[in-house]
Amino acid sequence: MNWFLNMLRTSIGKKLLMALTGLFFSIFLVIHLLGNLTLYGGKDLFLSYVDHLHALGPLIHVAEIGLLTFAAIHVSTGLFLFLQNLQARPIRYTVDKRGGGRTIGSATMPYTGVLIIIFVAIHLSNFHFIDHSRQTVFQAIDATFHMVPYIFFYIAAVIIVAIHVSHGFWSLFQTLGANHPKYMPAIKGIGFIFSLLVAVGFGFIPVYVSFIM
Amino acid sequence: MISKTINLTLKVWRQNRGEKKGRLETYSAKNISVDMSFLEMLDVVNEELTKNKKETIAFDHDCREGICGMCGAVVNGRPHGHEKETTLCQLHMRHFSDGDIIVIEPWRARAFPLIKDLVVDRSALDNIIQAGGFISVNAGGAPDANALPISKEIAEAAFNAAACIGCGACVAACPNASAMLFVSAKVSQFALLPQGRPEAARRARTMVRMMDQCGFGNCSNETECEAECPKGISISNIARLNREFLKAEFS
Repeated sequence: MNWFLNMLRTSIGKKLLMALTGLFFSIFLVIHLLGNLTLYGGKDLFLSYVDHLHALGPLIHVAEIGLLTFAAIHVSTGLFLFLQNLQARPIRYTVDKRGGGRTIGSATMPYTGVLIIIFVAIHLSNFHFIDHSRQTVFQAIDATFHMVPYIFFYIAAVIIVAIHVSHGFWSLFQTLGANHPKYMPAIKGIGFIFSLLVAVGFGFIPVYVSFIM
Repeated sequence: MISKTINLTLKVWRQNRGEKKGRLETYSAKNISVDMSFLEMLDVVNEELTKNKKETIAFDHDCREGICGMCGAVVNGRPHGHEKETTLCQLHMRHFSDGDIIVIEPWRARAFPLIKDLVVDRSALDNIIQAGGFISVNAGGAPDANALPISKEIAEAAFNAAACIGCGACVAACPNASAMLFVSAKVSQFALLPQGRPEAARRARTMVRMMDQCGFGNCSNETECEAECPKGISISNIARLNREFLKAEFS
C-alpha cells in the first residue's frame, strides 16, 4: 500500500488520479445524457426511465457514493495541482503569448471546474434534493425550465461542461499513455464530438421542454 | 553587398546578481542587419553599452548553431521567439520589421533561479539526468552492424527523442512550468532501445521523482511545450513516459 500512496504523490500519480476519475465522469455523462434523451420522447417515456432507474435500488446508492468519492478526489487533486502549478512560476511573464498548443478548454480547466461544482450543487438542489412525494421529477423539470433565466443559466452551464470535456477527454488518454499516431486523431475527434453532444444534447432539453413540448 | 538594416526598440529584463527584483529596461538597437541572428543583434547592443561604459546585457550562448542548448530567452512572450523549431541563436533578424518593439525576458520557473538578466540556472535539468538519464554499463566500442536488430521506426523514434538539447524552452513555454517534455525525451531515447531497457523502470521512477523534487509544475497536457520546442519533440514522448512510469510503479 505504501508504494501505491508514494506513487500517487508524484506528479504523474496525480495526473493518473485526474485521468481515471475524469474517465469515470465521462462515462457518467454518457449515461446521464442517454437517460435524459428520453425527455425528447415525452413525459411518459421519461417517467418510465426514472422508474426503471430507481428500480435498481441499492445499485443507485453505490453509484451515488462512487460519484461523490470520485468528485472529492477529482476536485481536491485538481485544486492541489492548480496551487502547485501557480507556485512553479512565482514571477509571471510580462508578455505571454501562446505557441498554438493551448486551447480554450485547456487554459480554463480549473475555472470551468469550479463553475461545474457550483452548477452541480444548484442542479442537485433543483432535481435531486426535492420532496419527491409531492412532485415527480418531470414536474420539477417542467417548473424549473419554465423560468427563462434558468434556461439561460442551464445552457451556459452545459456549455461550460462541454468546454471542460473538450480538453479532459483526449487529455485522459494522453495521461494513461494512450497516444499513438494511428489512434490519437480519432481520440481527439471523438472528444470533440462528445463535447459537442454534451452541449447540444443537454442544452436543447430546456428549450424543448418549455417551448416545444 | 550591403544588407538591409532595421531599427528596433528592445525592452530587456535586467536583474543583477543577488538582486531580488528586476525590471524591463528600454534600449534602442540601431542599424541591425537583417542577416544577423538574434544573439548577434544583442552583441551589437552590448558593444554600444560597453562604449557608453554601461553594464552589458547578460545572456547564455555557446555554439550559436542551434545544437548546444545554451541559448534561449522569451521573445515577445514566445520561448526562442516566434519562428517554429528555431533556437534563439538561429532566429534571424529578417523575421522582424523596422520599428518593432521586442520584449526579452528570461525563462520563468521556480526551478530555474535567475542568475543575471537573461541567464537562469538550469542545473535542475542536470539533476534530473543525474537521477537516471544514463546507462550504467560500459557499452564498449561500436557493435557489428546488425548484431543488435533495431527497426528503422524505433531507431527514428529514439533519435527524435534524443534530439532534445535540454535548453529548457519546454519549461519556459509550459503554463505550469513543467519539465515533462524534457524528462519524457530523455526517458524515451533510452527506453526505446535495447541498451536502455534493463534500467528503464528504475530510470522512469527516479527521473520523475527528481523532476518533482526540483520544483517544476505538473503537466496538464497544454501541449505548449511541443509547439515551442526548437527540436520539435513530440508529446507522444510524454505519453511514453507516463506508460514507462506507471508500468514501473505497478510491477
